[in-house]
Amino acid sequence: MTTANNYGSRQRPTQGIERYAWVFMRLSGLALLILALGHLFIMHVFNSVHNIDYNFVAARYERLFWRVYDMAMLWLALIHGMNGLRTIVDDYTRGAVRVWTVRSLYIGGIFLLAVGSWVIICFKPVAAAGGMH
Amino acid sequence: MDVKFKILRFDPDKDKKPHWESYQVEMEPTDRVLDGLELIKGRVDGTLGLRRSCAHGVCGSDAMLINGKNLLACKVLVKSLPQPITIEPMRGFNVLRDLIVDMEPFFAKYRAVKPYLIEKDERPEHKERLQSPADREKFEDTTKCILCGACTTSCPSFWANPDYVGPAAIVQAHRFIFDSRDQGKEERVEVLDGRDGVWRCRTVFNCVEACPKGINVTKAIGEVKQALSKGELDPPK
Ligand code: SF4
Ligand code: FES
Repeated sequence: MTTANNYGSRQRPTQGIERYAWVFMRLSGLALLILALGHLFIMHVFNSVHNIDYNFVAARYERLFWRVYDMAMLWLALIHGMNGLRTIVDDYTRGAVRVWTVRSLYIGGIFLLAVGSWVIICFKPVAAAGGMH
Repeated sequence: MDVKFKILRFDPDKDKKPHWESYQVEMEPTDRVLDGLELIKGRVDGTLGLRRSCAHGVCGSDAMLINGKNLLACKVLVKSLPQPITIEPMRGFNVLRDLIVDMEPFFAKYRAVKPYLIEKDERPEHKERLQSPADREKFEDTTKCILCGACTTSCPSFWANPDYVGPAAIVQAHRFIFDSRDQGKEERVEVLDGRDGVWRCRTVFNCVEACPKGINVTKAIGEVKQALSKGELDPPK
């Protein structure tokens, strides 16, 4: 007879990771509501693809505020999304499949965070690239 | 009135897989599904296996899937259901026979949350432990649980992962965690805060719909989550 393990909870302690993940999902969700709505209005309502170009971005990134804004959105959205995926994977897969799917999520997440952060931090307007006037 | 039943039968000695059998019995419209099952067992086919005890919605032994919903057979009138009335064992537990499922994992989780009053201080001699009506109210809802298993076996998170401690055990933990007289909160945290504890709840609300006692199960789970995230259940530093 196969039954679940002795008391429905793996003995391996989690040091409250799941607890912090749960709280993080709520808080980041709230923050993203504001950040993402702000982003949506600026990029797609007040402006549009017709007037957003390299110069627009370059001008924006003159100010530290927008770099911080984008950085916050990048980190919160990516970790929020990745943790959501991890939750689903955790629910529906077992054993080696679960371990490797979660590992690749971590690797993919860290890679995207690194590339995104790198761009936000190191971006320098280049006159030649699109005509800085 | 003639009542048609379709019951999912399974005899581990004979059957490889469960199969449906149809029955028809003469009943009063105000009879309950449990009466129908007893009639079938008594008059038509004595091999039908089911659990029941009180027949009045108190013991919690006859929760089953009736027309696709977790219900107590002793609490539903046949006239309130479209026919044929389909009867299946609860989902997510091993079927021992017909409608009888193995509840041992369920009770193991129940025991794991230490569902009893834990006292650390000296017991007051010849005195009761006083509690204000407001403090009593905090866990009123979760005292009503009869451990039928309807909530846990309606929970998709539990179906996906049978290691999940499940709504019923959390309801039981809630009953003691929020009792001002209890002093064993941190002893329950290990199970509730672990990988397969409350965080596996995805607020699907199936448990609320399933509970024959009308307990707001998801709210109770939410209260435990909140208390955990505020650190209210952690051992004192
Ligand atoms: S909470 Fe309700 S559904 Fe769950 S075991 Fe208790 S009485 Fe049954
Ligand atoms: S037989 Fe006791 S609850 Fe239905």
